[in-house]
Order: sequence, then structure tokens, then C-alpha cells
Amino acid sequence: MTEELHDVRLTVNGVAHDVQVPARRLLSDALRHDLALTGTHVGCEHGVCGACTVLVDGRPMRSCLMFAVSAVDAEITTVEGLTEPDGSLGPVQQAFAECHGLQCGFCTPGFLTTITAGLRENPRPTHDECRDMIAGNLCRCTGYQNIVKAVERAAAIQQAASVEERA
Amino acid sequence: MTTKLMGTPVQRVEDQRFLRGLGRYVDDVAAGQDVLHAAVLRSPHAHARILDIDVDEVLDLEGVHAVWTYDDLAGPMAEPLPLLIPHPALSHGRTQYALAKDEVNHVGEAIAFVVADDRYVAEDAVGRIKVSYDFLPAVVGIDNARAATHLVHDDVPGNVGARLEQNVGDAPTAIEKAPHRLELDLTIERSACMPMEGRGTVARWDADINRMQVWTSTQTSTGVRAAVAVKLGLDLGQVDVITPDVGGGFGVKINHPWPEELLVPLAARTLGRTVKFTEDRREHFISSAHERGQVHHVSVGFDDEGRLLGLDVEFWHDHGAYTPYGLIVPIITSTQLLGPYKPQNYRVVFESLYTNTVMVTPYRGAGRPQGCYTMERTMDAIAQYLGKDRTEVRAVNFIQPDEFPYDQGLIFQDGRELEYDSGDYPASLEKIKALIGWDDFPTFRDSMAAAGRKVGIGLACYVEGTGVGPYEGAHVHIETSGKVKVATGLTTQGQGHATVFAQLVADELGVKFEDVEVVTGDTRRMPYAVGTFASRAAVMSGSAIHLAAKRAKEKVLKIAADALEADPKDLQIVDGVVSVKGSPGTSIDLGTVSVLSNPLRYAFDEASKAATQFSVGDPGKPPVPEDEEPGLEGKDFYSPERATFASGMHAAIVETDPLTAEIRILKYAVVHDCGHLINPMIVEGQIHGGVAQGIGGALYERMVYDESGQLLNASFMDFLMPYVTEIPDGIAIDHLETPSPLNPLGIKGAGEAGVIPSAAVFAAAIEDAEGFPITAMPISPSELFELRQTRKDTP
Repeated sequence: MTEELHDVRLTVNGVAHDVQVPARRLLSDALRHDLALTGTHVGCEHGVCGACTVLVDGRPMRSCLMFAVSAVDAEITTVEGLTEPDGSLGPVQQAFAECHGLQCGFCTPGFLTTITAGLRENPRPTHDECRDMIAGNLCRCTGYQNIVKAVERAAAIQQAASVEERA
Repeated sequence: MTTKLMGTPVQRVEDQRFLRGLGRYVDDVAAGQDVLHAAVLRSPHAHARILDIDVDEVLDLEGVHAVWTYDDLAGPMAEPLPLLIPHPALSHGRTQYALAKDEVNHVGEAIAFVVADDRYVAEDAVGRIKVSYDFLPAVVGIDNARAATHLVHDDVPGNVGARLEQNVGDAPTAIEKAPHRLELDLTIERSACMPMEGRGTVARWDADINRMQVWTSTQTSTGVRAAVAVKLGLDLGQVDVITPDVGGGFGVKINHPWPEELLVPLAARTLGRTVKFTEDRREHFISSAHERGQVHHVSVGFDDEGRLLGLDVEFWHDHGAYTPYGLIVPIITSTQLLGPYKPQNYRVVFESLYTNTVMVTPYRGAGRPQGCYTMERTMDAIAQYLGKDRTEVRAVNFIQPDEFPYDQGLIFQDGRELEYDSGDYPASLEKIKALIGWDDFPTFRDSMAAAGRKVGIGLACYVEGTGVGPYEGAHVHIETSGKVKVATGLTTQGQGHATVFAQLVADELGVKFEDVEVVTGDTRRMPYAVGTFASRAAVMSGSAIHLAAKRAKEKVLKIAADALEADPKDLQIVDGVVSVKGSPGTSIDLGTVSVLSNPLRYAFDEASKAATQFSVGDPGKPPVPEDEEPGLEGKDFYSPERATFASGMHAAIVETDPLTAEIRILKYAVVHDCGHLINPMIVEGQIHGGVAQGIGGALYERMVYDESGQLLNASFMDFLMPYVTEIPDGIAIDHLETPSPLNPLGIKGAGEAGVIPSAAVFAAAIEDAEGFPITAMPISPSELFELRQTRKDTP
């Protein structure tokens, strides 16, 4: 039995990759093992922990619950794509570093992508909205205290940057 | 001027790669390369004899390279896995085989190992293996294990792996003579570490140099290395074990070797290919390890003040199907149960029991949460009986600050005396009372009651033996660039070791923090090491690194003194430059000192010309002085006589819904004493994480087995780990710093503390809110609701 392979073009962080994958290949596995973009992590493979969250056309999606073949025609953003073009940390990444929002770092990519999308939708979240924004992601190390602070800090960094841009 | 970094909240260096998605976890190794993937056939039955395994259909599958069952294993691989920590009381220790031989003893036990082009195909192949079983009755739960109607192992009578008793004085007689007596039965259920990254191993056999390279998500690379060498019949020098970034451990990854940690290297050598195994979440639930399940019976005698006169504790520990980690968990419960108290007379006896469930190895806290729960529930019961404030009863039993070192008269988990080195428990109690608002609580309770709301307050105290031996080591190398490379052998799974250890080196050597790079868990860099467990990394490796940096510094000063024609005593090192105090112009940078430390025949760049034979040295003396070595290095080991004892107290205010019995945490407070802090930001992070894990363990998480030994909630859908919504918004923390006299930095371990008192604190607070005893944890709203109904039904 030979598995049928499909030609798929995955657009990840603005770069097009042509891969051949079986229909059952998860997007998370394609990113990690076919494209070697290992920043996206897999924590449960059943959509609960959120570690594998990537942005699909800007919206946070669990890449362990998507097939690679269904991501054709989509713009995918992974944690690697959150870093600025000059290599410096993006605002959410920077906020996590400043607030000690991570320990082992395994769940972190899913939080970073989720918060990036969350702040795009709601750039000035209240404290409670910051907590809500991360309420679908599991972290076993931090007890979430500093992740909430990091969401608030990220919002502040982005606001300061947009003020600067306007000025 | 270099400022001292010890005690400051330095930002973590490791975050730079983690935040960019550039961490290197084990499943990231060789990603995108030509790698084979493994999958394991696991027993679907809790207890059965294996009659036949048919793998005929597997090899027909395209993409499958090999399959192993027990019959394919030979030599040491066919022997049971090692019993890591033997103990004279462990009379019936049993360990599993890498692949099941004749019998399976829990759902999830490994039976066959398939290697294929990718994980999908390997799982297809696993599905084609046919096994015939003869079913045996499953022993599930402590009650059934004790009843011993059925046996887990035919040759282990009563399902008892071990029985251990320790006595200080004569507790039964003291209790008999005491003016007041109480008895309690206290239960805690099973839970598990559940790191976000499960287990995983990658191995590559290099046939050109006959060498095995293993990457594994472990808490002990040297332990895995020794096991791989023995099992595969290799010399130790042929095996390198590298622990890459680890996505959380919390104890489960200290157990080793897992079957896959041996089977992956075996397959790599057999097939001549890089082989990878990464478990999925269900596999982690059913084939790694659990902890916590214990039943305790307490008899206590006390005086009118609540002072303990005698304490007699009997408990039963469910260790699952096998005992690779010996008796560490129940020994810790039996000794650390005493916490900050003087029991006068103490007897403790436990039985460690077999069940047909996943085996038990330490989970953050490692038996301490159960001990703390047992002791603190007893303290609360005494206070209730005497009508006294719960803090007063604790205070009269405290070891006092002038009584250290205090010998509890027991043997601890490291085979050494249980002797506390330092602490100040009365001061901690004052702090926790202030932090939670203990004295104001009655007013708060009244005001809440007036609004129809029900609240309760609880507290719990613990002492934690941290930094157990035998040793850790460190190597500090100052390169000719002036950069400092540090290696220590224990592993890292999120604690920020690369940051805190660099702080210590920067302070001791007088170099810039950013010039220090720390490597952990790589046997090529430091082959002598023990591992990361028992809150020991900062104490053990921190001390070793401090000592190794000191040695490197001595050598720097000696060489620099020669070069500057000065007395070493007059030299200082600031920001990587050695200079004569008071005359900063007379200086030499560390890179140049490093060049001079290594007499050369051959220059390799401009700077190194200074060390060649026609440029330097006294022709009348050997180029490397006697008793010296070339190179600017320092190496040292730290091996303390015994553990150092951290301590702390937690308190919580909870609200219970009068109708739905929902439990809400209104306030959580922590007072924590781990001696001197290296990095307060990281210590607080450890506390936050521990508290969250403790809340999970007290209110949400449990392993639900049915009577046939099936784990019913083996997924994140059903095993309820807390999201942010379950954790209080803010945890109040106060530190006390009583330094340890046992190590040069005065530090104590901090990793596990946050999780130890949770079950005790929440049981106390819920009991206080409800007015009836809470004796079984964790507790869910439904269980609290049921308890209320039972109380109503039995007037």
C-alpha cells in the first residue's frame, strides 16, 4: 500500500514552501517535520493545550487539528514570524522576556501567537480581558501570573510604538 | 564597576531563543532530516498473560523498517530494567522489561516497538500487531491492594513491596498516657507531573567512530548514559547523552531509563539510521509515571496547649506496577511529615503496595504534599478539639530559631540523618498571618455571612529537605576571547539555570554577565553529575560553579600577577580586566591571561603569538610549572554532608457556593524561606508555578481508574489541568532569608516548595467554610455537595 501524496503550497511567514504530503498529515507535523519550523510545539494533539497555535489568515488556529492540505491558500504565521525583520523581538515576545512570562518555553509559542491575534482585535484590553485572552492555553510552569502581566505589557509596548509611528 | 548580580532579578538569557521559536527540544533534533520514527504497541489490558504476539502483517507495510518484541532482545536488554534506588526494606522490588515478557501489569505497558519512515506509518504498523492474552484479575486502588484477594505479581505476597518503620522515642505509650487523643483517616488520590512536553528520545549511531549519540528529554543525562552503555554493551566512553531544551519535567523525567531510551539507541545501531521516538499525550498518561496516591491513619496524643506528646502514623502507598525508583516517595512522606514541629515521640510505618496501574515515581514535592497534608490536618483537628486558634497550636509545637541544627532522629531519603540546618518558623508564622489577614478574618467572615456568602480560611506549614547529594560538579573555562564557558552536568527543564549560574560566575570572576555561557546536561562537557530533582540544582550545581569559578580566578590572578609583576593580593578583576588596585593603567584582560596560560609552539592568531616559545617563559623552568596544567580553567565539585532545609507557610481564603458547592479562591498567600535568593524573579516564578500545580492537585486533577484498570481520563479534555481561569488573580508572596550554613552561598532549594502545602491549605479552608471535616483530597464541587448531603442525612 502506497500512500497518495498531495502537492501542497504552504505560505508560512510570507515564504512559500512546496511540499508533498499525505492527506492525513497534520499542519503541525508539516510545519515541524517537513519545513523544519520547530518553533510550533505539540503538547496534546487533541486541541486542548494550545501549544501548537498558529495564525491562519491572522486567526489563531490549533495546527494539530488542521490538515496541511487544508492550509493551502492560507497565510500562516508561526512564532518564528513574530520576530521583527531585523531579528529583534516583536512586542509580545519582548513583553514575555521583560515579565518572565515563560519558564520551560514549550507552551510559549502558542501563547505568543494567541496574544498577537488577541491584541490585534483588542489593542487596549482591560486586566480581565488580558486574562480572558489566554484562557484557552495551558501552561504548567508559570501559574499564569506573569503571562497576564506580559499581555498588559505587550499592549503597552504596541501602544507606545503606534504613538511613535503617528509622531 | 561590576555590580553584584546575586540577589537581582536579571532577565533570562534562555528566553531569547525560546521566544523566537529557536529552542531545541528533543523532537526538534534532526527535524526536516532523514530520520526514522518509532511507535510502541502498549497493553490495552491492566493485567494479562501474553500468549502470542503475531507481527507477520507488520513488515509487509511499506515504510516499516523493523519491529522488536521481547523475543528479539538479547543479553542485558533482555533483563529487567534497573532498580535505581535499592533499599533494605524493599524486600520485593520489581521492575519492568524494556518490552513485556510473558505478562503485562498495567494498561500502557510496552509490548512491541516499531520503526518506520514516519510516525503515521509506525502507528499503522502497531495497529497490525496481533496479541493473544489470557486475562488476569486487575488490582486497582489501595483497598484492593491491601485486601490482596488477587496479586499483581505472583511472587509478591499481600502485594506488599516494602514495609518500613521508624521510631523516635515510644509514640504508642506516649499517646496512651496523653491527656487528649485523636485519630484521623486521611486520603490523597493519584495525580501526575504532566509537563507540556512528554518524553522523547533521538539516537544516532556513528559507525565511523563507533560512538552513540543520544538526545533525550530527561532530568539526568549521566544516569541515561550509564544505562544505555550497560544495556547496549558499550563502553561508557562510547556513549554521549545530550539533554536539549526540556519542556518541563516536574519529577517524571528523573526516572530512567524508560524502555524507549534504550530501544531507540538499539534501533539506531541496528538500522544505522537516526531514530526518533516522541510520545503522544495519551502515551504520557498511561506509560510514564504518576504519584500522590496514599491513605494515612494518624493517632496523636497532646496536652491542654495542643503540644504534641506522641504521633503515630501508619500509611499505605500505591506504587503501581513496578518500583524502579525504590521507596523515595514514601520515605519522604514519612520523614518530611514532621514539618517545622517537634513531635516528642514519633512512630511511622508504611507499606508500599503493588497495583495494576502506572508506576509511581516522584512528582514535584515527592511525598511531601501527602506528609504536609497529614500533619497539618492533624494540627487543625487538635485546634478544633481544644477550641484553640489554629496558629497557636502550631506555634507551641515549632522548633525554635535557637534550636538549630535540629536532629529529628530519623533517616532521610538520602540515607543521612534528618537534621534541619536553619530556619525561623515563628517569624514565618507572623508574616503569613499578616499577609493573609488572619486576625481580621472573623470580621470578614461576618460581613460575608451577612451577604449570604460562605468563606473559610486555612493555612499550612512545611519544611523541605533540598539539595540532597551525592554531588554536582562544574567546569569553568576562560577562552582566549575572554568569554567564559561553564558546564555543569545536571539538566534544565525551565528553571533558568543558564541565567542564575551565569550570575554566580559573573560575580565571582568579575566578568560581564553576557560573556558567560552555561551548558547543562551534556555528558561531553561534564561527565560526572547526578541530576535535577529534590530542588537541588541551585544548591548543588550553584555551589559547584561558585567553587569552580573561584579556582579559575585563583589561576587568573597568579598568571596576571606574573605578567604585571604585581602581588596577586593587589589585583582586582572588573568587567573582564585584571588590574592593580589603585593603578588601573597596569592591567591585562582575561583573554590575554588565557593566552598566557597555555604555552604554545604554534601561533593561531595575532594574540596567540604572545604565548609562543620565543616570546614568553623563563628558559630555566618548564613551560608549564609543576602541579599546574595548561589552560585557564577551574573545576570543582560540591558534595555536602546532608540536605539543607527550606521552609514556608501558605494560607488561603476560599468561598464555597451555598447552592452549587463551587469552590472559589479569594486570596492566596505564600511566605517562603529558601535562604539567600540568587534571582528573586525566578524564585517567584517557581512559587507561582508550584501554587498553580498545587491548586490543580487540590481541586481538579486526579487519575480516574475503573475497576478493570482502565485510565478513564487519559487526555487533557478529561484530566483537568488549571487554565488561568482556575488560578487566583495575584498570589501574595513574602520572603524570609535564613541562610544555609551548609554551602558557600547560603542558599536552599526553591523548585518544589510552591506545591507542597496546597492540599492541606485547601482542605483546611474548605473545612473552615463548611464546618465539617475534609479528609479526602482532591475535592470537587460535586464531592463537596455530596458531603453536605451526607451531613444532612446523618443528624
